[in-house]
Amino acid sequence: MATETAKLNFSSHSDTHGAMLDRARWAATTFARYDPVATLKIAKAVAQAAHSQAARYAEWAVKETGFGVVEHKRLKNELCSLGIFDTYKDTDWTGPAIDGDRRLVRIGRPAGVILALTPSTNPVATVFFKTILALLTRNAIVICPHPAAKACCADAADLLAAEAVKAGAPDGVIQVVREPSIPVIEGLMGDERVDLVVATGGPAVVRAAYRSGTPALGVGPGNGPVYVDSSADLTAAAARIVESKSFDNSILCTNESVVLAEKGIANQLLDTLRTAGAHLCSPSEREKLRAFLWNDKGFNVDAIGKDASIIARACGFTIASNAKVLLVPIDRLLPEEHFTREKLCPVLGFAPVGGVDEAIRAARSMTRKSGGGHSAAIHSQNETTIMAYAAAVPALRTVVNAPCSQGAAGFGTNLGPTMTIGTGFMGGSALGENLTPASLMNWSSIAYPTDERLPFGNFEGLTPWKTPSSTVSVPAQPARSAPAPHELALLREQIRSLVREELKSALGRT
Amino acid sequence: MFDYGMFKFSSKEEVIEKSIAYWNPGKTKFWRDAGIDLVIDKREGYVIHDMDGKRLIDLHINGGTFNFGHRNAELIDTLKTALDHFDIGNHWFPSVARTALAEALVKVCPGFDYAFFAPGGAEAVDVAIKSARYATQRRKIVSIIKGYHGHSGLSVATGDARFSKIFLSDRPEEFIHVPFNDLTAMERALSSRDIAAVILETIPATYGFPMPHDGYNQSVKALCERYGALYIADEVQTGLLRTGEMWGWQSYGVQPDIFVNAKGISGGIYPFAVTMLTKRTGAWMEEDGAAHISTSGGAEPGCFVALKVLEILQRPEVRANVHYLTRYFGDAFRDMIQNDGDVVVGLRQKGVVMGVEFAHPEGAVHASRALYENGVWAIFSSLDKRVLQFKPGVLMSSTLAEEVVDRFRVALPRMRELISQAPSVRAAA
Repeated sequence: MATETAKLNFSSHSDTHGAMLDRARWAATTFARYDPVATLKIAKAVAQAAHSQAARYAEWAVKETGFGVVEHKRLKNELCSLGIFDTYKDTDWTGPAIDGDRRLVRIGRPAGVILALTPSTNPVATVFFKTILALLTRNAIVICPHPAAKACCADAADLLAAEAVKAGAPDGVIQVVREPSIPVIEGLMGDERVDLVVATGGPAVVRAAYRSGTPALGVGPGNGPVYVDSSADLTAAAARIVESKSFDNSILCTNESVVLAEKGIANQLLDTLRTAGAHLCSPSEREKLRAFLWNDKGFNVDAIGKDASIIARACGFTIASNAKVLLVPIDRLLPEEHFTREKLCPVLGFAPVGGVDEAIRAARSMTRKSGGGHSAAIHSQNETTIMAYAAAVPALRTVVNAPCSQGAAGFGTNLGPTMTIGTGFMGGSALGENLTPASLMNWSSIAYPTDERLPFGNFEGLTPWKTPSSTVSVPAQPARSAPAPHELALLREQIRSLVREELKSALGRT
Repeated sequence: MFDYGMFKFSSKEEVIEKSIAYWNPGKTKFWRDAGIDLVIDKREGYVIHDMDGKRLIDLHINGGTFNFGHRNAELIDTLKTALDHFDIGNHWFPSVARTALAEALVKVCPGFDYAFFAPGGAEAVDVAIKSARYATQRRKIVSIIKGYHGHSGLSVATGDARFSKIFLSDRPEEFIHVPFNDLTAMERALSSRDIAAVILETIPATYGFPMPHDGYNQSVKALCERYGALYIADEVQTGLLRTGEMWGWQSYGVQPDIFVNAKGISGGIYPFAVTMLTKRTGAWMEEDGAAHISTSGGAEPGCFVALKVLEILQRPEVRANVHYLTRYFGDAFRDMIQNDGDVVVGLRQKGVVMGVEFAHPEGAVHASRALYENGVWAIFSSLDKRVLQFKPGVLMSSTLAEEVVDRFRVALPRMRELISQAPSVRAAA
């Protein structure tokens, strides 16, 4: 029996991630030459596979992370699979797009290799979302999940990768980092083989993405103010706010943080909120909550995405079994008041304000430190108020008379449905819109002189990457089994009705 | 001044002069006269730098020795870590490293039972021949004309006369040579029923990678079985994923009785070779396990490197890379053959084992020089100078592959120029 064994550590260096990026580069180079038919076939197959597993991954994500509500995660997974595909499939992300009037031709140029950081809060939905956007734009994607959600994300990525290849995608088009860690993530972000980092996560990760030197789209945190004025339908407003705040237990960063109620209707709104399912906290409950939610290190991770009843119990008080939101009246709308900060849990601040001017001041104060450029909501019938509020609050999307969690993320509104909300320059991001396929590609333009005496070329029917003498065949692609038009129409209708139905049940009475 | 700590040189010229004086005059002068004044200095990945600083992409990779690139960081870390605990070891005794590597090899070599280690391919081939002779109790070995299996006592006799006659080491009575891809000749040789084994490079490398005809390897194996001979696959250049499968014989669907691997398994940093044997062909180890002794065969630090090599090769990313490289270079050369058919006429390819065929009988010599001038180092086939050995390593990235093709295209006019000045063109005309 050996008394001593060599303690040799051979795991100090492993270049598996470099090999992944090399593989992704091949995939990206190959994929960039696919035509729209072959591209859509792949995206559709992947979206369908993702959709079919929405419930399983919803359950898995909640079990693995402890965040959120299974049923709501299932809905998000469905919307971020077939919902996303349906939203973008009719747009041309490939080109060539010929604009005879302006004498321009645009040719789609995918980013190439995308490193996608996905959060623990919306893990699989973000994997689905970013992957489908990447496929629609013919990019290779390397998913780097949050360590707290690595198992469900890796499993989902493997499923999508297998489906993609089965549908004709180049090998390695979807890959996943199985053992993510801060050094691994930083190494990958700074690797010159990555063309674009799409970072959804905390501010530290987003800033690191921008520091990496690689082009990056990072999005900052939210802290959504919601203003309710006297012109609003209070019952409807209260129902929407509670639905939104309890949706996946406020894990979407588009959730409402503080209700700013016009003084005249504030008490009435409190009542309707209680009827809609909010528990009104007493001052002592408020202080217990404060102690539980914030510690020296910041927001208590144990509270993220938890049910209101669990949070109340952890604080030592009980709430009615049907209460879904903890409503906390606050009197000082200043940064030192904890409850004015972002809360990824069903805890909602409540403060009366004198009118839209004070609401704007309060909203600006709330988001001065964090949450700028993200989302805001308003419940009002007054266009002047809505316009002034939207123009002045530091948010790049103001949702009107709708639940902010879903509406700002593009569900039930015509914003791009997304798991990645651009917070723009005011939110430390290069991306101001909701992340869409357009964010993941460039267009090369062919520009002719405006002088009409010089002829504009005929580009109809040309394959962009084919030179006159080229013998290189178009990369191996699946047989062109373009879905018959009626089949597409049928699918489109199925998806629309699915999305309608899901939204109706999830959003209540919108 | 080039200061390497333990020695210094004032210039590259000084190195070349002293190399002629003290090391190998003929070899040193050969390259100087061929216009390839290379003294390799810095090296990393698939890029080497001459002492002058000239940068070259390495497509020679010494027959697969640098399959993973030069100074592969993972392999270096592995070797450094192993050296914290191990040295060459004592060949007489069982060892943890040799045992672990042998087990790992047997696992990735279906049909084989033992791994016997040697410090280099030539000795591993000698072991293969000895094993075949023991198992069959026959003496004769058949190989192909212009085959290449190394330079030691037995292995050199299997190869081209150029390397054996000079040392009076040819043994025509025991070593029979038949033309490649000629099954009739092979059967004629085997039908004497006194042949111990046929030894075949799965794709003959030094001959310029002529591709075996469909079913050739399998038919040779069948003939071996019919006439009681064994089939030895020399996998030095075709193993380790270079043909797209772990071993070249797997690509051709043939099950050898013995096979040999070397070069790449060293990772380019610790000399290593292996002879894979079955229960039957390794039977001599039951009778006298010390019948073939190799003090540094299976040296323990090399076992760690080889284990890491096997691990890297089993990553799906690496396999994918080989398939992409195969397709990319295949497409690129098809295009060149079409557009520059006066210079490049064909591509012999199995995975990343490639031979580029030139129209001119010595075209590859000129191509090698033109490529050298344009930043790519690829060597012609010494036994068929019409063919350039074109051997990207399995980890080559798409970006570097694209650069290789760019440089090849840029070098084409220079190839044309050199070929047009070549005396043999006038002689041929």
